[in-house]
Amino acid sequence: MLKHRIMPILLFKEVGLVKGVGFDSWRRVGTAMQAVKVYNMRQVDELVFLDIAATPGGAAPDFQQIDELADVCFMPMTVGGGVRSVGHVRELLAVGADKVSLNTGAIENPGLIEEAAGRFGSQCVTISIDVRREADGSVQVMSHCGRQATGLDPVVWARRVEALGAGEILLGSVDRDGTMAGYDIEAVRAVADAVGVPVIASGGAGSYEHMAEVIEVGGADAVAAASIFHFTEMTPKGAKRFLGERGLPVRLS
Amino acid sequence: MQEVVIVDYGLCNLDSIARAIEECGARSFVTAKAADLDDADKIVLPGVGSFRQAMANLTEAGFDRALPEAVCERQVPILGICLGMHLMAQSGSEGGDTAGLGLLSGDVKRMTPLESNSRVRLPHIGWNDVSPRPDFPLFDGIDEGTDFYFVHGYRVEGADAEVLATVDYCGTTTASAGRDHVMAVQFHPEKSQTAGFRLLKNFLAY
Repeated sequence: MLKHRIMPILLFKEVGLVKGVGFDSWRRVGTAMQAVKVYNMRQVDELVFLDIAATPGGAAPDFQQIDELADVCFMPMTVGGGVRSVGHVRELLAVGADKVSLNTGAIENPGLIEEAAGRFGSQCVTISIDVRREADGSVQVMSHCGRQATGLDPVVWARRVEALGAGEILLGSVDRDGTMAGYDIEAVRAVADAVGVPVIASGGAGSYEHMAEVIEVGGADAVAAASIFHFTEMTPKGAKRFLGERGLPVRLS
Repeated sequence: MQEVVIVDYGLCNLDSIARAIEECGARSFVTAKAADLDDADKIVLPGVGSFRQAMANLTEAGFDRALPEAVCERQVPILGICLGMHLMAQSGSEGGDTAGLGLLSGDVKRMTPLESNSRVRLPHIGWNDVSPRPDFPLFDGIDEGTDFYFVHGYRVEGADAEVLATVDYCGTTTASAGRDHVMAVQFHPEKSQTAGFRLLKNFLAY
């Protein structure tokens, strides 16, 4: 049976790893290399590595940095941040990414999804969708690392990216990010119901219970988290033990 | 130390497999030149990409003839990984019907949900447990039910007697196929940690 993946997210900015709240107030949490080595030793299911400074700064992905990390990363690795062309996708795959995550680049040029999927296959094209819940309860897609409102409806956008060839959706919540108050289960459910590709829930995990809920109620196939692993004693392995005891399929070896 | 030649046809994630092979105790050599297969002790055909594009790239570099020559005439052991496994089959349908290298039986088809489980997610991404045939050295020391990392939307169908391991997703899916020194896996051993390294070591020891 296919297992639910627990995926630590590493957010990279300039020279170190950071973690913030609401896509802002970044705190330094160590070096990327050190974190990758630890997660590698612990045999986590998969790592997500996002360069959060690339898009707002207009930069290309830092290929050399990714290359160095991939060299010590014998686990699946999804890489994003600043990906704006098929050349960027090719280069990231070449240095060791298993999947490439597109966000702002895909919103600005949806044809990029089709082009990347046609060249490299849908299975390595992950679309990262960041949503923000407004005061009236509606949700919309945000671009530029959560800073720019797009007016796009997450369900409509998710269906469109799937039709263009996306192989997976990483659904993040800007307003839940870093709060450790729980995932936006409603937003995850809406997208998971709308598409047939795997959906990874991200943003807001503060307990193992939150992870179980977003799988059981939200319909997420995998869960990503950052703060909970940076700032608490909780670990990916602990999460999997908890989920396993709930009867959810996870990889415990 | 044996030299493992990794075929570079311009579409792949080569660093991970090259590093994994070195961690397993062999020398890896990444090349885009078909003539380099002459000195290979072992060959790895990795892959990310679409079948048609990959086959066109292999053909342009002369691998379409050099690979069967090395594998069938000189009996050099080969391991195909993911798209590399697909390319070793008879044909592929991704991007239009295209002939494969013909090193293994079966054809590559898009995976589709079973009627009984139309909600299954595709592509097949993540860790899933495989059932290996007990008597084939590639799976030595790898127990029934061991998890490997998969990331694919197509699979080899009709490998029949050459099926070495299966995985339960969209029905029974071929997780590994081969015979003698010709071996292929649908999952990524270079990303499958302890179990994946064990499989690579088994390949190196063949």
